Amino acid sequence: MHWPIDIIVLTFVIFCAIAAISVKDLLGTAILFGAYSFLMCLLWTVMGAVDVAFTEASVGAGVSTVFFVAAIFRTSRRTKD
Amino acid sequence: MSDVLSLIVAKYNYWLYVILMMIGLYGMIAKNNLVKKIVGMNIFQTAIILFYVSIGYKTDATIPILKNAHDAHGAAIHAADYINPLTSCLMLTAIVVSVATFGYAMALAVRIYQRYQTLEEDELRMRLSEE
Amino acid sequence: MRVIAFIVVCLTGALLLYGTSEFPDWGDPKSPASLHVSNYYIEKTYEDTHAPNFVTAVVTDYRGFDTMFETAVIFTAGLGCFLLLRDFRGKKEHYYRHIPTGVILHIKDEKKSLTVGKEFGYMDKEWVPPDLINKTVCRILIPFIQIYALYVVAHGDFSPGGGFQGGVIFGSSLILLAISYDLKTLVKRIKERLLGIFAAVGVLIYAGTGALCLVMGGNFLDYGKLAPLFPGYEDHIRTLGMLVVEIGVGIAVMAVMTIIYINIVSEGRHDEGL
Repeated sequence: MHWPIDIIVLTFVIFCAIAAISVKDLLGTAILFGAYSFLMCLLWTVMGAVDVAFTEASVGAGVSTVFFVAAIFRTSRRTKD
Repeated sequence: MSDVLSLIVAKYNYWLYVILMMIGLYGMIAKNNLVKKIVGMNIFQTAIILFYVSIGYKTDATIPILKNAHDAHGAAIHAADYINPLTSCLMLTAIVVSVATFGYAMALAVRIYQRYQTLEEDELRMRLSEE
Repeated sequence: MRVIAFIVVCLTGALLLYGTSEFPDWGDPKSPASLHVSNYYIEKTYEDTHAPNFVTAVVTDYRGFDTMFETAVIFTAGLGCFLLLRDFRGKKEHYYRHIPTGVILHIKDEKKSLTVGKEFGYMDKEWVPPDLINKTVCRILIPFIQIYALYVVAHGDFSPGGGFQGGVIFGSSLILLAISYDLKTLVKRIKERLLGIFAAVGVLIYAGTGALCLVMGGNFLDYGKLAPLFPGYEDHIRTLGMLVVEIGVGIAVMAVMTIIYINIVSEGRHDEGL
């Protein structure tokens, strides 16, 4: 497996993870969380585990983001930290 | 010093996985908002799944689906040609459980907001101690 | 508090990193995780079960107990969301909109049901004008998404996929109907009682297949003993058992994803949503 792809995608994953827990707007957190899920799915495809990548693509970048946005629609959208 | 550097270069992927796990753990402990804690929990879970799936990888091996399924009756299957299917199958169950927990945690957060009108942990503690 | 958390996290990270110094190199075929049982799974799966996808064969056949309890976990999460959030009382205030002029009536404290004329339409509190492009595109797209979901469930043995992935995609198509039209359209088409029955029937199909294998004289979830019921399928009977079990998982997952979405977005009242 090509190690440049691995290093670049892992770096993006770490940036997404740090940003997702630091942003003060919860809708931004939802979008960053969806991007993090999608990059994980890419990593697993490159490593060959296609069933796990399929599941994460349908669950993380699909249904999980919708639950998140639905929950912050009913609670508050700003957070203090 | 040079042997630490060669250690980092040889096992760089484990270092990055541990850093990702610690980001998730920090989010769970140090953040005040309940939704951020849930996000940290999910980051931790996916980092552990990434660690397990990467253990099952073999160099120059292909995906765990049999090629030429119809005439494989006589041909021998070499185990080194396919990546390890066992780690993938264990992690499928882990992903399913993580999405069930995430949905239920969001339902709990909505219920707490209905009752106390806030999702910050220190304000929650104040309102709980006033009752 | 943050400083303590940071120190704890750094200490844990350092301990874990010290532990990884003894791990095998990445991609080594001789690492201990890839030696004993997984070699058996790779070499003997096609002879035993005639399923080319090793991961699906391991998940639904060799380790079928894990998947049965995972389906039970999904069912419990859906049941928990329903019990936690469902509110049968309904709201007290209603909004009606006069369609020719745009005048909005706000009625508080409606004790009995109000009959309105044909020019009035019921509206949610956060009403947006109907969007023609959105509605038409989603209406055309939803049946194709559902056919794709059924394809993923049925081809779980031959390509990446399986029961869980197909169930999630089918559930997403129903959530798309709720988002593009409004929540009342989905609730009117697929009643809540039907979703609850589907969730339970999915787990029942899985456990029922196992019990049927017990009745035919084998162990629980031993699909090889179902051969007398399907004459002519003797060497593919385990693939058939895997397919039935995956259909059960798909039905349960579809129902539970829709139940959790409807209950979260409407706070249990099932009347208005995103």
